[in-house]
Amino acid sequence: MQKRILFISRHSPYGSSIAREALDAVLASAAYDQQISLLFMDDGVFQLLPQQDPSSIGQKSFAAMLSILPLYDVNNIFVHQQSLQSRGIEPGDIILEDAQIIDSCGVNHLLTQQDQLLSF
Amino acid sequence: MIFSLAVYSAPFSSQASDSAYRFACALLSEGHKLHRVFFYQDGVHNANQLLTPPQDEPHLSKDWQQLALQHDIDLVVCVAAALRRGILNQEEANRYDQSSYNLAPGFEISGLGQLLDAALSSDRLITFGA
Repeated sequence: MQKRILFISRHSPYGSSIAREALDAVLASAAYDQQISLLFMDDGVFQLLPQQDPSSIGQKSFAAMLSILPLYDVNNIFVHQQSLQSRGIEPGDIILEDAQIIDSCGVNHLLTQQDQLLSF
Repeated sequence: MIFSLAVYSAPFSSQASDSAYRFACALLSEGHKLHRVFFYQDGVHNANQLLTPPQDEPHLSKDWQQLALQHDIDLVVCVAAALRRGILNQEEANRYDQSSYNLAPGFEISGLGQLLDAALSSDRLITFGA
């Protein structure tokens, strides 16, 4: 039986490996034929900014790495609206155009629908 | 109830690993089953055999080993996270031509899929140190 599993990514893309290793966990899990969802909130929404160029700090662009999510059939992607707003990011400016913008009530509802939560 | 734990922080630097260990002891004493502890991110340092804390402080790699022996628990370390942080078993050390290895006995190195597998085969997956 499939389980509903939500990954929550709450950290900015560079400066620590948390966001990177969260994405690795999502991609590894995508092979397991489960109902995988991904939620960006808090500083995690910084991962969604376009035009990232971290080459000068020896890192790979997070935007490029996130763009492969659809290839792994990870299509249930959610972004917390208030996290965008409080950081001055317009919903129309983020990569992953198909991501659903949800408010705090929506996040609450999303969490209650899951069998397991994996928080990063 | 079947539990698994995900541990993402290094011992000593943060309280999270110690909390995970205490949580593990507590759930076992309540009669629940602990299926797997998955060490990811800085949590892989829990599996370092060379941890040498002062004698009056917790020794987490030993504590985990002992708990795993008593209760038949999987202690799984993510291979990608471990190699990046210099936690290797003999096989990986040979593969990458390293002169030594340091994975504590009782821990095994495996893939990230084991984290999802723990989520699927447990009633609860509890994360420490996220």
